[in-house]
Amino acid sequence: MQASPNVPPMSAAQYAHDERPQRVVNDFSIQVATVNGSGSQTANIVLMRSIFQMGVPVSGKNLFPSNIAGLPTWFTIRASCEGYIGRKKEIDFCVAMNPETAQEDVMKLEPGAAVVYDAPLRLNELRHDLHFYPVPFDQLVGPVCPEPKLRKLVRNMIYDGVVAHLLGIDLEETRKALYKQFGERKRKAAEMNWGAVVAGRDYAAAHLEKTDPFAIEPMDRTAGKLIIEGNTAAALGCLFAGVTVLTWYPITPSSSLAEALIHYLGRYRHDGETGKATYAVVQAEDELASIGMAVGAGWAGARSMTCTSGPGISLMSEFIGLAYYAEIPVVIIDVQRVGPSTGLPTRTMQGDILSNALVSHGDTMHPVLFPSSPEECFTMAQAAFDLAEQFQTPVFVNMDLDLGMNNWMSDALPYPETPLQRGKVLTAADLERLGGFARYKDVDGDGVPYRTLPGTRHPKAAYFTRGTGHNEFAVYSEREDDWIQNMDRLARKLETVRGRLPAPDTQLAGGAKIGLVSAGTSRYAMEESRDQLSREYGVDASWLRLKAFPFPVELAGFIDRHDRVYVIDQNRDAQLLLLMRMNMSAERIAKLRSVRYYGGLPLDARTVTDSIVSQEGL
Amino acid sequence: MSTVPAAPKKVNRAGLEILPYRGGKTTLCAGCGHNAITERLIEAFWELGVEPWSVVKLSGIGCSSKTPAYFLSQSHGFNAVHGRAPAVSTGTLLANHQLRCVTVSGDGDTASIGIGHFMHMLRRNVPLIYIIENNGVYGLTKGQFSATADLGAKLKTGTVNQLQPVDCCLAGIEMGATLVARSFSGDKRQLSAILKASIAHNGLSVIDVISPCVTFNDHAGSTKSYAYMKDHDEPLHELDFVPAFEEIDVEFDEGESRVVEMHDGSKLVLHKLERDYDPSNRIHALEVLHEATRRDEVLTGIIYLDRTRPSFTEALNLVDAPLATLAEEQVRPSREILEQINEEFR
Ligand SMILES: Cc1ncc(C[n+]2csc(CCOP(=O)(O)OP(=O)(O)O)c2C)c(N)n1
Ligand code: SF4
Ligand SMILES: [Mg+2]
Repeated sequence: MQASPNVPPMSAAQYAHDERPQRVVNDFSIQVATVNGSGSQTANIVLMRSIFQMGVPVSGKNLFPSNIAGLPTWFTIRASCEGYIGRKKEIDFCVAMNPETAQEDVMKLEPGAAVVYDAPLRLNELRHDLHFYPVPFDQLVGPVCPEPKLRKLVRNMIYDGVVAHLLGIDLEETRKALYKQFGERKRKAAEMNWGAVVAGRDYAAAHLEKTDPFAIEPMDRTAGKLIIEGNTAAALGCLFAGVTVLTWYPITPSSSLAEALIHYLGRYRHDGETGKATYAVVQAEDELASIGMAVGAGWAGARSMTCTSGPGISLMSEFIGLAYYAEIPVVIIDVQRVGPSTGLPTRTMQGDILSNALVSHGDTMHPVLFPSSPEECFTMAQAAFDLAEQFQTPVFVNMDLDLGMNNWMSDALPYPETPLQRGKVLTAADLERLGGFARYKDVDGDGVPYRTLPGTRHPKAAYFTRGTGHNEFAVYSEREDDWIQNMDRLARKLETVRGRLPAPDTQLAGGAKIGLVSAGTSRYAMEESRDQLSREYGVDASWLRLKAFPFPVELAGFIDRHDRVYVIDQNRDAQLLLLMRMNMSAERIAKLRSVRYYGGLPLDARTVTDSIVSQEGL
Repeated sequence: MSTVPAAPKKVNRAGLEILPYRGGKTTLCAGCGHNAITERLIEAFWELGVEPWSVVKLSGIGCSSKTPAYFLSQSHGFNAVHGRAPAVSTGTLLANHQLRCVTVSGDGDTASIGIGHFMHMLRRNVPLIYIIENNGVYGLTKGQFSATADLGAKLKTGTVNQLQPVDCCLAGIEMGATLVARSFSGDKRQLSAILKASIAHNGLSVIDVISPCVTFNDHAGSTKSYAYMKDHDEPLHELDFVPAFEEIDVEFDEGESRVVEMHDGSKLVLHKLERDYDPSNRIHALEVLHEATRRDEVLTGIIYLDRTRPSFTEALNLVDAPLATLAEEQVRPSREILEQINEEFR
């Protein structure tokens, strides 16, 4: 094979890949390049699910622009027999459907990659070191789709048939995936699309000779698993947490979370007899209102929540400070995207770690949960409601676009085994027994006071809530001692929270000199990077995956065990590392190193490995 | 603070004396219009025998927004953030739609920083009583113009307002409030009747009360002063409120008065003054407001009343019990349902 002069220079590590084995089975990535709004999403999901149904671990990542139609979009499917579901940098199998980007898409490929392309684009003239498969999509679509208006959509389904044939995907699995995707109600559409798949397969069988090494073969590593987006899983978590009030304002990438929740609430949360709703959803006028409503609802005793992304968190800032100080439960799910400002609204970033933990004015600090998988989105959304009500404070669930909007292979979502934790709420009967209460008094020594809900039928139930200075009895106060005592109690409360958060996932490598610390979706790159470090460089690294802030006491011990600790951040300013440095001794801080990626794509293992290798001087 | 409101009886229908309907001692300036509104609220709730525990009082930030601390001490209160009490009140009612909600705001709070929330609260017809204690200035930040300052109004410093004022009643009628009234903090009888009508109303009541700021906006040249109101107040009608529980047969001369039956069976009596005013006519309501502004009159009374439009919480079709009190079985779907959902993603 002859390298094209336009191919970017390769690193030594990448050269190692160049000696490709004869057959590459269940370990490669497919990228489909299309135009936004061309309906390719269905074709891509069907392709991904066909591989998944053959028992091969997969992940699907949609790289889409911030518009509705007409701009380039890429969908990457990674098949990995090892079970690595993070992003893989190199594309092995390319489906070039977008004339705008086709040339660049092809020039970026490494030698030996395969390209299925729309025949008139004549991409084969660009390079001589790739496997080219031209397909005349326009000719094939006519016979299977008599309706010209639908051709743009059905056309994409043809590549599913072509790729299935070339990779050896069982077409019966493709058929099942397709009918599942369209559902019962769209049977006619499913049939037409199935015709397109078959046309693609027939064309490939008759005209294309396979020369590339890539193949899918059946495995048994996906039985019982789901393919689900993090936003859907988080929405289900809220559903099973018994959410009663959702107030929101649309913003990518959090809208699909609210929309999924609205869908499930509609399905499962209407009274069997009366048909009335056991929930309220309000699409507010802005994020100031959505958090304001959620705070009002939390104050009055609802399990209330809002979901948003970075720009929304900025707008919510004042209200979050109020809720912290007035001690009102509310759950805020932040599906992070790239900022500042509108930044790259459809790309992923861990951009709000600091703001989630510290947002608002004065001394404020908030519990933050860091789910890394759909299953954790599900369980942590539930934990967030319990924590918020137990500790009467805003609780953040820090997700990101990669987790929220991409397709993840997941274990089945487990049914919650613990009852809802509603916190310290006094009823009229309690008040009768106690003779009254002091709203902000630390009765139990854990920093957590008791509250009553509006509407409690007792003359001693009422208290006055304010964001202004108050004493233990919720009475207005500007006294220095009242202020300090209250702020100290709030700090004590947060210490109690620390002990009730999900414990970190720690994997110690015997005798390891270096440790890695990550949170959220960095997980997948970490799993793979640790293997790369050990396999390629003989370096074992321990790993501590944080699941929540305030950080666990185990973190200090983990740092003490290692000479150097790499903190992985998907942002420019090392936000996770900065947060760790708060309240950390100088000796421990001195051990911290930073690995950062901030290009807007999901973090890949090679980026982490390369950074550690260079900092370690390996 | 003025003295005990006129109360012939010791206890009300709920068996309560007036004390629980009072609140903490006011910290506002003596003579501030807001204090008089507080007094009218105390009276209205006491006289109608509303149980304090069933009421919530919310507010934004400002002198006006401090007042919920001065009435209904046995009701939960929430002094939230500047301009955003409509959002917090809406959320509160989502959690518990059985509560009666009184939200107190200022003209700065409503017509500037909070105007977005105000407008959307109007659209939604959130079932609460929204009182704008309107003094044409920002009292708490020491006397800057607010967005309700009239054209040509003068600050103490001599600065003249050249911007168009926001008329919260016009907005209320246009955008969907179902009871819209304007009053004057100094008009005991009218304000009392309006407050009681709002308590009896099912839906959003917007009450714009001209409430002079004696410290920053009660001088000559102000259009929100006691003196100005004395000269320019133009009542649409005289109002009487007859609660449902008072078994009095209301009989009035057809040509002289209109009797409107409220949601809870109470009767609102509109005694004719210069004209026979029908508050259910939306277009006419807008016309008389515009006309009054043109004539430099402050039109007061119940300007608009719609007893048919469903409130926001009704439209949400919520279960009867407050969402806040639903048991786990009602809000957490079953194991079988989760298994069914899991299967859909396999
Ligand atoms: C976010 C925010 N911005 C500014 C302020 C300062 N501030 C407090 S009260 C107020 C104006 C109050 O005016 P109004 O609502 O008319 O109430 P009044 O004091 O006149 O009764 C302002 C600007 C604040 N509290 N919060
Ligand atoms: S400054 Fe004005 S509005 Fe504030 S309390 Fe004094 S008189 Fe009332
Ligand atoms: Mg004012």
